[in-house]
Amino acid sequence: MSRSLTAAELPAAPATRGDRTVFALRGVGKTYARRNIEALGRVDLTLDAGTFSSVIGASGCGKSTLLKIMAGLVPPTSGSVMLAGRPVTGPRRDIGMMFQQATLFPWKTTLENIVLPIEIRDGRAAARVHHGNAHALLELVGLKGFEGVYPKELSGGMAQRAAICRMLITEPEVLLLDEPFSALDELTRDFMNMELQRICLQRGATAFLVTHSIPEAVILSDTVYVMSPRPGRIVETVAVDLPRPRTLDMVTTPRFGALVDRIRSHLDKGSFL
Amino acid sequence: MSEVALSAALETENTVWTEQDSWFDRIPRSVAMAALAVVAIGLWQAVSWSGLISPIILPSPGDTLRHLIFVGGNLLSGGYMLQSLWVTLQELVLSFALAVGIGFALGVLVGETAFGERAVMPYLVAVDTMPKVAFAPLFIAWLGFGIESKVALATFIATFPIVVGTAAGLHASDENARMLFKTMGASRWQTLVKMKLPTGMPQFFTGLKIASVGVMAGVITGEFLGGGRGFGELIRVASTNLDTARVFALILYLSLLGLLSFGLVAWAQRRVVFWQSASVAREVG
Ligand SMILES: Nc1ncnc2c1ncn2[C@@H]1O[C@H](COP(=O)(O)OP(=O)(O)OP(=O)(O)O)[C@@H](O)[C@H]1O
Ligand SMILES: [Mg+2]
Repeated sequence: MSRSLTAAELPAAPATRGDRTVFALRGVGKTYARRNIEALGRVDLTLDAGTFSSVIGASGCGKSTLLKIMAGLVPPTSGSVMLAGRPVTGPRRDIGMMFQQATLFPWKTTLENIVLPIEIRDGRAAARVHHGNAHALLELVGLKGFEGVYPKELSGGMAQRAAICRMLITEPEVLLLDEPFSALDELTRDFMNMELQRICLQRGATAFLVTHSIPEAVILSDTVYVMSPRPGRIVETVAVDLPRPRTLDMVTTPRFGALVDRIRSHLDKGSFL
Repeated sequence: MSEVALSAALETENTVWTEQDSWFDRIPRSVAMAALAVVAIGLWQAVSWSGLISPIILPSPGDTLRHLIFVGGNLLSGGYMLQSLWVTLQELVLSFALAVGIGFALGVLVGETAFGERAVMPYLVAVDTMPKVAFAPLFIAWLGFGIESKVALATFIATFPIVVGTAAGLHASDENARMLFKTMGASRWQTLVKMKLPTGMPQFFTGLKIASVGVMAGVITGEFLGGGRGFGELIRVASTNLDTARVFALILYLSLLGLLSFGLVAWAQRRVVFWQSASVAREVG
């Protein structure tokens, strides 16, 4: 460990690969009225086009709440959320979202599940028109040949891959990912993360990932935000300057280790605040 | 046990999964059912031979069989019993259809709207706790001795399980599915039709199954109390004549009809809710 970078030597400023601001959050806070729980402190966040960011923090610190606010599913109690220059006041078409559960509907085939967002938005006929795109997406995630299969015949990893396709079918500019692969085993998860990176690079999508895994955050992100325990605030912004495309063997490099250590130290500090 | 036998036993235990069920649980279903029927009929025969119970109370299996054949012959030859059965069948189908329509509409009202849940549901629960058969004289007074009063009673009985099934089904969707539909920008109507209703189909069919049994109870009760020309009337007449064997035979044919209608609903469930596995279907239904 003689020549590895110490935490202090690492750059602290967020890496900005894009030149256009996609998401801008200013002083976003959330207090759930029902039990008067302050889930989110004041969060300031700027996501640039084409970047991959992660947020990491203790369980219950408000990560999912933050994501739901950004997706327009939940109104913030304070602050403002701007997406592509317009305030977020409800669900938006330029956002694709993924959750821990794949939530495929058992009465629809894989293909029908994937074009569901189109069916909802523009009707059945439009959904049929998109079958070609759906086939291409299935091929992209390695699910070619499973078009006509019902979800109960898919494994957990395959279901999540189908969910990725469903998220991508509307060609959203922003992907909001709430622990999308945390229910999968580690091998599948690593594989899916690399797939995710490939898809994001290929499409130039802006991604925001909630995760509990520090290595996962580091391997995928340009910027990792560390959140304090509830009420969640961003206590540290860590720029990841590993080259792209990232590969799984980068995990063994000293630089990767230093970044992980740095994030962990902030997480530990946060839990005692 | 010798050492050799012991090791052999251990070896088979390690290599072959031994069934844990006893021989009793491994009897094939058809054999088990047939055996049970033979035992029950044997007991029945023994009791009637012993002469301890008057045939007016318990007819012999032989007598019952004769009446079964007679009723069956009458039905097949298009006799007056077939006409009665036709009346009863019409009442059953009508009341089931009405119960499905009303029950589904009320179920959606209660399961989907805050007004329904807060204002309508309490009244439904209150009415549901009443002994509904007690309403039979009222329906007869209001609607007369024709099929209307029977249909009304049967509909009244069968509607509630469908309301409950529909409403429970609408509440069965999980948070993730609702959030997903929100992110897709789905309208309330789309969420209802494309997500909540399909998700709730298993519960809905559970309600239908209970209702299919309920309409039978309602129709026959109505016919007992309100006369008319249905199958229930045949039973009533036979029992006033102390023709117990005839009553037995008629009830058996009626239960065949009940089995048929329940089977039809179960078949429809397998077709509509094809994604529900058989074991779950059995659990829910
Ligand atoms: N709908 C709600 N009503 C009331 N309180 C809520 C609601 N949703 C979340 N909370 C509370 O807000 C806090 C933050 O929840 P949130 O789901 O955002 O945490 P999280 O960081 O995503 O946790 P995890 O890592 O376990 O998923 C928790 O204390 C939770 O109890
Ligand atoms: Mg969460």
